[in-house]
Amino acid sequence: MQRTTLFFLGGAALIFVIVQAMISFGLLNDFYVNILLLASVYAIVGLGLNLIYGFNGQFSLGQWGFYAIGAYAAGDITYWWTLDKSAHALMIALLAVLFCGAAILLLRKLLSRVRGVDALSAFTLYLVVVIFLVFIAIQLGQALSPAVSGLLSLLPDGLSLQIVFFLAVLIAGLMAAEISFLFGLPVLTLGSDYFGIATLGLTIIVKVLLDNSDTLLPFPEMKGARGMVGIPEVTNWFWAFAFLLVIVIVVRNLLHSSYGRAIISVREDEIAAKAMGIDIAHYKNLSFVLGSLFAGLAGGLYAHINGFLHPNTFNFIKSFDPMIIIVMGGLGSITGTLGASFAWAFILEGLLRVILPQGTETWRFVVYPLILLLIMLLRPKGLMGEIELPFLRQVLPPLKPKAQPEETQAEVKP
Amino acid sequence: MSDAIPPRPAPPADAPPLLTAQNLTKEFGGLRAVHNFEKTIHTGELVGLIGPNGAGKTTIFNMITGVYVPTSGSVIFNNQDITGIAPHEINQLGIARTFQNIRLFPNLTVLDNVRIAYHPHAGYSMSDAILHNAHFNQKEKELTERAQEFLGVFNLQDRQGEIAKNLPYGEQRRLEIARALAAYPKLLLLDEPAAGMNPAESMALMDLIHFIRERFNLTILLIEHQMRVVMGICEWITVVDFGEVIARGTPQEIQSNPRVIEAYLGPGAAALSQKYRRKKPHAD
Amino acid sequence: MTPNGTPNSKDTLFIQSLRKGWLGKVFLILIGLAALWKLGVSLADNPVLFLQQVINGLQLGFVYALIALGYTMVYGIVRLINFAHGDVFMVGAFVGFYTIARFQFHTWPERLFPGLPQWLVLGVGTVTVVLISMAICALLAFTIERVAYKPLRNAPRISALITAIGVSFFLEYFGALQFVFTPNFVTFERPFSVQNWQINNLGIQALPSGQSPADNSIIISNIALIIVLASILLLLLLQFIVQGTRVGKAMRAVAYDKQTARLMGINVDGIISITFAIGAALAGAAGILYATAFPQVYFVMGIIPGLKAFVAAVLGGIGSIPGAVVGALIMGQAEVLSAAYISTPMRDAVAFSILVIVLLVRPTGIFGEPEREKA
Repeated sequence: MQRTTLFFLGGAALIFVIVQAMISFGLLNDFYVNILLLASVYAIVGLGLNLIYGFNGQFSLGQWGFYAIGAYAAGDITYWWTLDKSAHALMIALLAVLFCGAAILLLRKLLSRVRGVDALSAFTLYLVVVIFLVFIAIQLGQALSPAVSGLLSLLPDGLSLQIVFFLAVLIAGLMAAEISFLFGLPVLTLGSDYFGIATLGLTIIVKVLLDNSDTLLPFPEMKGARGMVGIPEVTNWFWAFAFLLVIVIVVRNLLHSSYGRAIISVREDEIAAKAMGIDIAHYKNLSFVLGSLFAGLAGGLYAHINGFLHPNTFNFIKSFDPMIIIVMGGLGSITGTLGASFAWAFILEGLLRVILPQGTETWRFVVYPLILLLIMLLRPKGLMGEIELPFLRQVLPPLKPKAQPEETQAEVKP
Repeated sequence: MSDAIPPRPAPPADAPPLLTAQNLTKEFGGLRAVHNFEKTIHTGELVGLIGPNGAGKTTIFNMITGVYVPTSGSVIFNNQDITGIAPHEINQLGIARTFQNIRLFPNLTVLDNVRIAYHPHAGYSMSDAILHNAHFNQKEKELTERAQEFLGVFNLQDRQGEIAKNLPYGEQRRLEIARALAAYPKLLLLDEPAAGMNPAESMALMDLIHFIRERFNLTILLIEHQMRVVMGICEWITVVDFGEVIARGTPQEIQSNPRVIEAYLGPGAAALSQKYRRKKPHAD
Repeated sequence: MTPNGTPNSKDTLFIQSLRKGWLGKVFLILIGLAALWKLGVSLADNPVLFLQQVINGLQLGFVYALIALGYTMVYGIVRLINFAHGDVFMVGAFVGFYTIARFQFHTWPERLFPGLPQWLVLGVGTVTVVLISMAICALLAFTIERVAYKPLRNAPRISALITAIGVSFFLEYFGALQFVFTPNFVTFERPFSVQNWQINNLGIQALPSGQSPADNSIIISNIALIIVLASILLLLLLQFIVQGTRVGKAMRAVAYDKQTARLMGINVDGIISITFAIGAALAGAAGILYATAFPQVYFVMGIIPGLKAFVAAVLGGIGSIPGAVVGALIMGQAEVLSAAYISTPMRDAVAFSILVIVLLVRPTGIFGEPEREKA
């Protein structure tokens, strides 16, 4: 293993152990642990958006909508499990996500053989198939649920909850990813600003649906605009850190590969990328789906921090938060996103609440935009610019010693 | 120096053409940019496409490379109908191009610019990439070495870490050609490669074009404004004006074609140039 | 199979329908038909109610149009989605509130010249209030542009966008401070009293306040009339400024090509400031009109109308002035009709669904210029 890799993993382990020790010994009170978890969740959301906007150049304001979808999906699954040890929500969601995922992959393979498929028609086709499969998943999930519930109940209480939670978060991520795939199929063909506005629309539509989840949607337990309670508080430092670490490594590995370069080439120049044989529609879709996957996972984690979800958390005004975070951190910088999301959570949720005297709560949002303005005016490229940790930075491969004489004879004047 | 390279023997008449454009027509909302463009290019040829500004040359390139879908007509490449196919698929079939106003990936390194062109041949899956496993490492190393070797051919190997937009103009042009060639195309389309170059630079460019043609066994279609370049290196020239082919032939034939002179300089210019030519010996 | 029709026996009807987009078109047509069906049924069910809703929608649509113009003009000229515009609208409403409720400014002609007829006093007074609000909003937008956006003119576009969001937050939460606009809902006092008329098969009659209207009658209030007339007047004024004056010509030139406009001797920064100011003035007027119709002002009241107006601008083709008006009228109808016939909370979702569907059919909006890519 390379030295930078060792340093990075060692450093990560060290941070994890130190923070965990501080939590275990009670040095960090719940307030700060909460901020820490929130910061990790924001970092995951931000990394997803950075992949979509920072690296792929697609101006998306839909990240918050997928975050909301993930949060409510995961919250609903664990809600039913803690309520009456029923795995029906888990089974339905799991089967739906798996069926739809498999169908999407299969259909994609089939459609890739047909040249020049119209995006909207493909969307319609996928939509029909997905609706059909979700219907089947509901039937099948309900049939299988007693058996699975029984099996899970055999495990010790704590363990089964952790398993359900872990699956719920994964399902949340996949669900967000699949919805983003469907949504992105026609919408990614729009120009950059229009794509941003359409995704903003998605965020708002999701929020409206959540506001009316008990009346318009068949989820009375989500209680619409009153907010959903009864979700177990399972997310802890271990889970938050583990998800964050894995996602950082996945993003880093992806970006340092040919696939990552293809994603970045779309941001740099779409026409040139096309002319270089890059299927730009595919890579736009890929990064949108991956980014939304991360948003869904983050949502799943978020739902289990406080055990309480309210549609106002997923207000469209808040959908600018991840955008602000990644711009602050520097677009296209993983380190920047990590730093900015922790700084953001600590300053906005922590510091400004603590240093402002009682009764001046509202000043928090007077100070915050001023800081924002100052940063934008002084450092338009973000606080960190393009600085990366050594592990996250792409190293330039060393040159081999001069090429064979045959090559050097190729005389090309500068 | 261009005279130093002997003209190629004409290809056998029965050899199948590499590229055939048949009746290519493109209209932009009533405006006819290209009308019934016909062209056959055989393997190994170096063909020039010239014409005044706005004659529709770049539109023809865009139709061949799939950026535009022709209003009517078809493009046959390597015995395959490629009309209306997506640009990236056309590239993968073996047609590469450069752009009139250089289109590099400006914020990426020189090396990455070339490595992106290898992407369709990367040879590892996305899960390999995410896991960074042994297969990935090996393939990525191969790919990088190939790219570096390639930069070496274009004398850019010492620049591999440079950000593309910081390169001087001439090197950007060279990098763009290098990038286009990285995936070993059969046909290369160069859109005004000498634009903005001084005579010395365009001379070097002509050498470069000759060199890559020999070295990569290329067929080249070239749009150019600098007559010195076109006349110096092209074997066949097609002249378009107002979207229609007005002349085709060898450089010598084109040079003396009155319609071409007229298209470039306006009506009456041909007669004037005739006069000038007749006068010249007297002046001596 | 090529687009030119070279037949290929392998293509089934299904694959053809995928290629030519028939499947997608059928999908869109089905959605459209469902919407039309719903509207048709509602119309047949109770035509009077339907007409009443259309009139309400018109009133809302014109207010949106005034706000949407600010978005579309600013976007057209600096390609910035000015998220703070909705809050300028809010400031406009508050300025109206203060000038009317605190300073009784709408009665100044009477105080200056006692004995003037009441209608003249209210007319002149109200117009003065609107003008004050427009002027203050224009000044505010001018300041915002100079302080926050101008230094970022050459920075990446996203920086300016984030700055706009920051300005928006600042205006909202600074306004929410106790000594500014307060964080409470404030009742807006109308400068004039409401007068309703009912229209039914008996003709038009004045409807005294407190009396319930007769069955099967459409109610039109003086507020609706004022909003529609004032908006049309302002739109015509804007049209005149943009098409008929030197400043308007310069604005169009700058929107088309900043660099060249500068070379032609146009003061580009000045024109950009003027554009912001004009847009903000319209938003200020819209603020008062909106508050007159829905008499409650509070510090985040600008967000939702601002967003709707922005959607309207995009729907009509951002950068296009007639587009903004048409988009806004569509948005107004969509909001009122969906609140009436689908469900009130769904109206935002319906508005955005319409936007997404229109963008799929016309990627740059109804009046938008197609984006040209040059290879």
